[in-house]
Amino acid sequence: MHEWALAEAVISTVSQIAEKEGFKQIIEVKIKVGELQQVELEILEYALSQLKTEKLEKTKFTMEKTKAKLKCRVCNHEWFFNRKKLSEKTAEAIHFVPEIVHTYIQCPKCGSPDFDIQEGRGVWLESIKGVK
Amino acid sequence: MIDPRISIIDSRLKKVNNIIAVSSGKGGVGKSLVASTLALTLAKRDYKVGLFDLDFTSPSTHLILGIRETWPKEEKGIVPPEVYGLKYMSIIYYSGNKPSPLRGTEISNALVELLAITRWENLDFLVIDMPPGIGDATLDLLRLVKDIKFLIVTTSSRLAFETVKKLAILLKKLEIKIIGVIENMKMDDSDFIKDQIEEFGLSFLGKIPFDNRIEKVIGNVDMLLATVFAKKIRDIAPHLEKL
Ligand SMILES: Nc1ncnc2c1ncn2[C@@H]1O[C@H](COP(=O)(O)OP(=O)(O)OP(=O)(O)O)[C@@H](O)[C@H]1O
Ligand SMILES: [Mg+2]
Ligand SMILES: [Zn+2]
Repeated sequence: MHEWALAEAVISTVSQIAEKEGFKQIIEVKIKVGELQQVELEILEYALSQLKTEKLEKTKFTMEKTKAKLKCRVCNHEWFFNRKKLSEKTAEAIHFVPEIVHTYIQCPKCGSPDFDIQEGRGVWLESIKGVK
Repeated sequence: MIDPRISIIDSRLKKVNNIIAVSSGKGGVGKSLVASTLALTLAKRDYKVGLFDLDFTSPSTHLILGIRETWPKEEKGIVPPEVYGLKYMSIIYYSGNKPSPLRGTEISNALVELLAITRWENLDFLVIDMPPGIGDATLDLLRLVKDIKFLIVTTSSRLAFETVKKLAILLKKLEIKIIGVIENMKMDDSDFIKDQIEEFGLSFLGKIPFDNRIEKVIGNVDMLLATVFAKKIRDIAPHLEKL
């Protein structure tokens, strides 16, 4: 599990932005969590609550899961990542480094490993609301 | 949309004193062998050393070191395991021995991920084995890693040297520290490359002869450290200890 490491990254980024924008308090942080990375929302949420700094005391973290959309560069086929078809070990490798998906998955139509991760890769900050 | 990973990279590397990218404009000049042997050599001198294989599509250092069945610890991120006295990190933990065909943006993304989640402990040196050329990995390290220093490897061939010059010009322009240049796989004792390097204002760190016994010691650290190659690296190591 590296939700903790990602939570630290979120807190550090939000703190930096708060500093830059002159926010005294952060009200809301919207986080998008791509399914490819298979981040456990509860663990991420727990880690965020543990890592909160003063400015983040009252922050509401909203998390939205997004499906991982893959598109073949060879035949243009589009499909969604489905972890159920993978072994535990493979799923875990993709959890740590989502790009490793290219090692284990091929286009279901033409068999090429040359596809784009169009959406839903990992953790992104969508918006940050604060008061000055 | 903001990528939260970027802002944590600095703090992940803050306990590392010297970050050294072993790099070259050219492929196949011995970067991986130099990076691995140099890391082992520094570790033998009681420095705390990490080795990070950043050649995601063609990782090699695990083969040079003969690493098997080792895994990083998961502890609020990942902690590189210790192998032969080195904290060792590579994409092979995740890709196994299978191919990982990655395009530029994906290489970049995987690199950011590993920089953001890997917890390096106190290190005197983090040696990075770079892929050839001045592509994604090089540009990303320049973008993301403060105070990175480059150790450049060339062969005696003008074909290698010309690409090395381009790398050096780029680094100089960006005011990135170049520790110096190693001339590897040397077959004669001409000073052509040495003179060119020095004329160019770079330190020439030494010549390593072509050693046809190297292949036999790949995967065996003790035997590797007993080669002429390793002896030459030991002669070069003091340049790094001075950093
Ligand atoms: N001094 C030397 N004498 C003989 N063989 C050498 C020497 N240095 C390196 N080699 C061999 O040359 C080959 C290329 O070395 P290595 O893989 O370290 O190069 P590289 O620059 O990392 O390549 P790449 O650009 O593919 O990453 C390997 O087979 C290695 O064992
Ligand atoms: Mg190499
Ligand atoms: Zn296809």
